[in-house]
Amino acid sequence: MSTNAVPVATEQYNYGIVKKFAIMAMIWGVLGMLAGVYIASELAWPFLNFNIAEITFGRLRPVHTTLVIFGFGGSALFATSYYIVQRTCQARLWGGSILPEFTFWGWQLSIGLGVLFYMAGYTQGREYAEFIWPVDLLITVTWVAYFAIFAMTLVKRSQPHIYVANWFFMAFILATALLHIFNNLQVPVAWNSLESYALFSGVQDAMTQWWYGHNAVGFFLTAAFLGMMYYFVPKQAGRPIYSYRLSIVHFWALSFLYMWVGAHHLHWTALPDWVSTLAATFSILLLLPSWGGMINGIMTLSGAWEKLRTDPIMLFLITALAFYGMSTFEGPMMSLKSVNALSHYTDWTVGHVHSGALGWVAMISIGSFYHLIPRLWGTTLYSTKLVFVHFWLATIGVVLYIVAMWVAGIGQGLMLRAFDQYGNLAYTFIETVSFMHIPYVVRAIGGAFFLSGMLVMGYNIRKTIAGARQPAAAEGRDAVAAAAR
Amino acid sequence: MIGDIFAWLGDMENSKPLALILFFSAFVGIILYVYTGKKRKQRLESYKDIPFLDDDELDPTQQEKQQVNNDESTGK
Repeated sequence: MSTNAVPVATEQYNYGIVKKFAIMAMIWGVLGMLAGVYIASELAWPFLNFNIAEITFGRLRPVHTTLVIFGFGGSALFATSYYIVQRTCQARLWGGSILPEFTFWGWQLSIGLGVLFYMAGYTQGREYAEFIWPVDLLITVTWVAYFAIFAMTLVKRSQPHIYVANWFFMAFILATALLHIFNNLQVPVAWNSLESYALFSGVQDAMTQWWYGHNAVGFFLTAAFLGMMYYFVPKQAGRPIYSYRLSIVHFWALSFLYMWVGAHHLHWTALPDWVSTLAATFSILLLLPSWGGMINGIMTLSGAWEKLRTDPIMLFLITALAFYGMSTFEGPMMSLKSVNALSHYTDWTVGHVHSGALGWVAMISIGSFYHLIPRLWGTTLYSTKLVFVHFWLATIGVVLYIVAMWVAGIGQGLMLRAFDQYGNLAYTFIETVSFMHIPYVVRAIGGAFFLSGMLVMGYNIRKTIAGARQPAAAEGRDAVAAAAR
Repeated sequence: MIGDIFAWLGDMENSKPLALILFFSAFVGIILYVYTGKKRKQRLESYKDIPFLDDDELDPTQQEKQQVNNDESTGK
């Protein structure tokens, strides 16, 4: 444990808003993952529904996805984008103190109201966009303010070049604005009603939802976190990114290709076949920029691989990139119509999502926070050993989760399509449910591992911040450490 | 006239190859821009140092160097 003070550029930059978003990301992350473990347990042991409507799987599932994607992921992106844009532009955040605060409260209020409404039974019923229309409007206003802050900070930069991480953040902000508006075009039942109808219907509505759904993955959960990667991997490694030119090709290829792939979620439906084929083709093409970015990140450590033995933060960042590579191989494979015929409507999809969400998104965020938070508070981490503990809890958790879902999903898919010698279905539906019980138990255990890692992180971060706020105590510990040396 | 252009673009047999030409040209253009020109290569690769230009703490490599210097100066 070390408590060396590190100077903080608090006056030059607005770190207050970064701190607030970082802390809320941690809180939403723990709550969201707790909800995830609970609903995973409900699937394994249905009595946990307790016949209480508010905590049934149907209502808690959007609570889980909203808290982890928008609460944890979104707040982490606000925090890191505000930090990175200031540091790489060498300019204080635009908008004074009021506008960034507005984005903070607007975002947190949206998340809080959203989950309360879900538990009360109010939802738009659109996956990853369940927020009811008044909350959608609040998010829109907040997002416009976010765009203005980010864009104006870029405008007033001292550094002539805009660093590539900011390109990814800007693509994320613009694409999310487009997606949010068009996917949430709703007609309220009445001006004073929380319920609404979608503007689109039928296959057009399905297409709109999955155009949104996969681009939420592409721009919210991938491009933006790549922005995080392009800053924090070089910083933690202490060496610049492997190839800046590769990062440029990565950015343009990824941004162009992602927009076309949403329809691969609708193979073998009423969607025209050519749209399905187009989406599958672009999904395969997407493998190239995805792996280009992964290689760029991992090769940054070239010549300094020994850091993986000694630096647990680097372990988080590089393992995140490995999971990014794995899930961006698995995704294109699952987008092939023949593979999709087996994998779709099974838990393989759920496992794939979580290898990306836990392995890539959560791990890159966790690694970035371990780097960022001590610098924000001008201190060093309370315990590096606890970061190692967290890393192994998280890694074991992800592996248990995805292996369980591979077994559940592929087994379920094979059972649902099996025929006997007379052409009848070989298994009843309930037999597939029964088969999945053990994998569901293992999945819940995997989730609990990951959640316990987050609790360890919460403790470590709390002690780190508390140590920074008690300079006298820190000096005392320094003296003890010096005496020990 | 404009109506004719829209009608021509509205025909998928025209718009698909046109889109292919435009997007593929853009892609080839970006690749050529990024990977040609010695001076451009040096300029683009110099941007990778931006995250390190604003350090208010020393990066690990520098910390190691400083530690070595300190050790040497204190005779350790």
